[in-house]
Amino acid sequence: MITKTEIEKMNFRNVWVIAEVEGGIVQPVTFELLGSARELADKRGSEVWAILLGYKIQDIQLFAYGADVCVVIDDHRLTHFIDELEAKILSRLIEKYLPEIILCGATSRGRALIPRVAVATYCGLTADCTQLDIDPNNGDLLQTRPAFGGNILATIRSSNHRPQIASVRPRVMKIPQPNNDRDGIIIFESILPSDELNSKKVVDVYHDAQSAINLADAEIIIAGGRGTHGKAGFELLRQLAQKVGGAVGASRAAVDSGWIPYTHQVGQTGQTVQTKIYIACGISGQIQHLVGMQSCDLIIAIDKNPDTPMMQMADIAIVGDMFEILPELINEINLR
Amino acid sequence: MKIVVCIKQVPASNDAKIDPETKRIIRDAVKSILNPFDNYALEEGVGLREKFGGEVIALTMGPPAAEAVIKEAIALGVDSGILLSDRAFGGSDTWATSYALAKAIEKIGNVDLVICGKQAIDGDTAQVGPGIAAHLNWQQATYLMEIKRKDEKVILAKRLHESGYDICEMTLPAVVTVVKGINTPRVPTLKGRLTSLNAEIPVWKPSDIDANVDQLGLNGSPTRVVRTDPPAPRLSSTIKIEGSAQHCAKELVRQLRLRSIV
Ligand SMILES: Cc1cc2nc3c(=O)[nH]c(=O)nc-3n(C[C@H](O)[C@H](O)[C@H](O)COP(=O)(O)OP(=O)(O)OC[C@H]3O[C@@H](n4cnc5c(N)ncnc54)[C@H](O)[C@@H]3O)c2cc1C
Ligand SMILES: Nc1ncnc2c1ncn2[C@@H]1O[C@H](COP(=O)(O)O)[C@@H](O)[C@H]1O
Repeated sequence: MITKTEIEKMNFRNVWVIAEVEGGIVQPVTFELLGSARELADKRGSEVWAILLGYKIQDIQLFAYGADVCVVIDDHRLTHFIDELEAKILSRLIEKYLPEIILCGATSRGRALIPRVAVATYCGLTADCTQLDIDPNNGDLLQTRPAFGGNILATIRSSNHRPQIASVRPRVMKIPQPNNDRDGIIIFESILPSDELNSKKVVDVYHDAQSAINLADAEIIIAGGRGTHGKAGFELLRQLAQKVGGAVGASRAAVDSGWIPYTHQVGQTGQTVQTKIYIACGISGQIQHLVGMQSCDLIIAIDKNPDTPMMQMADIAIVGDMFEILPELINEINLR
Repeated sequence: MKIVVCIKQVPASNDAKIDPETKRIIRDAVKSILNPFDNYALEEGVGLREKFGGEVIALTMGPPAAEAVIKEAIALGVDSGILLSDRAFGGSDTWATSYALAKAIEKIGNVDLVICGKQAIDGDTAQVGPGIAAHLNWQQATYLMEIKRKDEKVILAKRLHESGYDICEMTLPAVVTVVKGINTPRVPTLKGRLTSLNAEIPVWKPSDIDANVDQLGLNGSPTRVVRTDPPAPRLSSTIKIEGSAQHCAKELVRQLRLRSIV
């Protein structure tokens, strides 16, 4: 195995953030990562570098959020996400600049990209971190992540390899207050022939607001289960969601009944969400569902049966029929 | 098409036990199941073979007991299965796991498509699929909702992402990972079950796949689990609201106000 000696390790410096650029726009997860990177770099006395790959990238100056250096590759071949190409470019940049730590968002894109980079560079990669710290003596990154659906928190080190790579779960780290007085350096790089590996091409893109791993982006989720009894029930949830600017989630029972597409499923075989408010309507709260939403800040349950696991674990448990309570709730909100 | 489906045996329940010494998960303490996402991967593989012909092979790395998921795959219709099992594979992280699986795929030879689940429910990393692709230096596409064949060498992969979907055209050989919505897995037939009972599952060791043992197992893994803790418990106790629907709605809004939410 290609491990690094203490001397070799000293050549690796700085904390990198792989920016997530979509349609030329830097996505919010990037700012969250910059906040974490800044804290780590300060403890280590090093710099924060933001790496931006995309086409017609707007606002490449991420200095206000904590970056000291922005490395930019702006090229039409980076319009769409081509895993192989971005992984190649990153591997090359890593060899050139030798970062000590790399953070990437644990988004659909980050989770596809960064394992490729970790394999190519023979580096440790810890997925979906929710907490990061650094050992100031040796620069070891202490990466904490939930495993077994959140029933265990594991702390992971990769002491003998550099860089140390972590993907970070979106919406866990706080976006720092921007400081517009901060300044930094921009380095422009370009795609080299060696980056191109007979890559695939994206032939079609459809944006679909209803699709939605973007459940993860919502502040409030109104979720329905078997107790929602059908599409009409979900229409009620949708109305409430619209009123409060939330998204609609679902249990597997509701998805399997065909009342709502799979992209809305929360839980072990759906998505893990971590919203400010989660309102579970007619969801009993089997462990496979709970693991997907138990870290939400405020959990509200509405169920006829007061004794379900969901009603037991909720912060606020409302005993009753959701078909009576939800219209009243919508009413109540309308009055304000 | 020659298809390999990578499947993993995972603990059925979420109350995982951890070995205090190695800090790795003790796999035989709880009942094991096939990773739920891999069920969709198997169905996709078998479905593609039914449409286009060829062969589907299930591949897993794990302890001897992981043979059970290969048998399950055979019951579901794959043609054969291979178990990678040896002390040297023990303690592998995703780097070493994807290395071993990639070496096995090379050994199988002439593979067109590798299908993995989106993630395994024990580690939830979603790293092994892209890791295999990187080791093989093949194209990859993740979180697929649909796979269509364009011609012998080209597939169209519909990827699910945060703001919708995209479709990418990729050249085989390639590695893909699939999400739940891609198909509806069949249940094993009686005939399938009988076939699986009698099936001999070859067990491959590092020497069978020409793997460099320094890159396998705990030795080959760049990451180390140094500590495990239970998550912080939810602190708050439950506030129960009962009564008429109108009362419940009003009381909920009042509670949210107390927390300065509305
Ligand atoms: C491998 C595996 C993976 C799984 N993955 C997931 C997953 O990702 N996500 C997931 O959700 N599940 C998952 N499950 C399924 C899970 O075990 C449960 O079966 C499922 O979550 C139950 O959904 P539910 O709570 O909607 O239904 P139920 O358990 O049937 O609960 C319905 C609830 O609605 C209440 N109710 C009925 N009518 C009303 C009404 N009018 N007003 C108010 N309340 C009412 C009932 O009292 C009951 O509590 C998985 C299972 C397995 C085996
Ligand atoms: N030990 C293993 N043997 C075979 N396939 C595996 C193994 N570990 C992971 N996989 C495959 O990789 C996918 C993602 O797993 P993970 O990266 O562990 O979340 C799984 O759904 C499997 O298809």
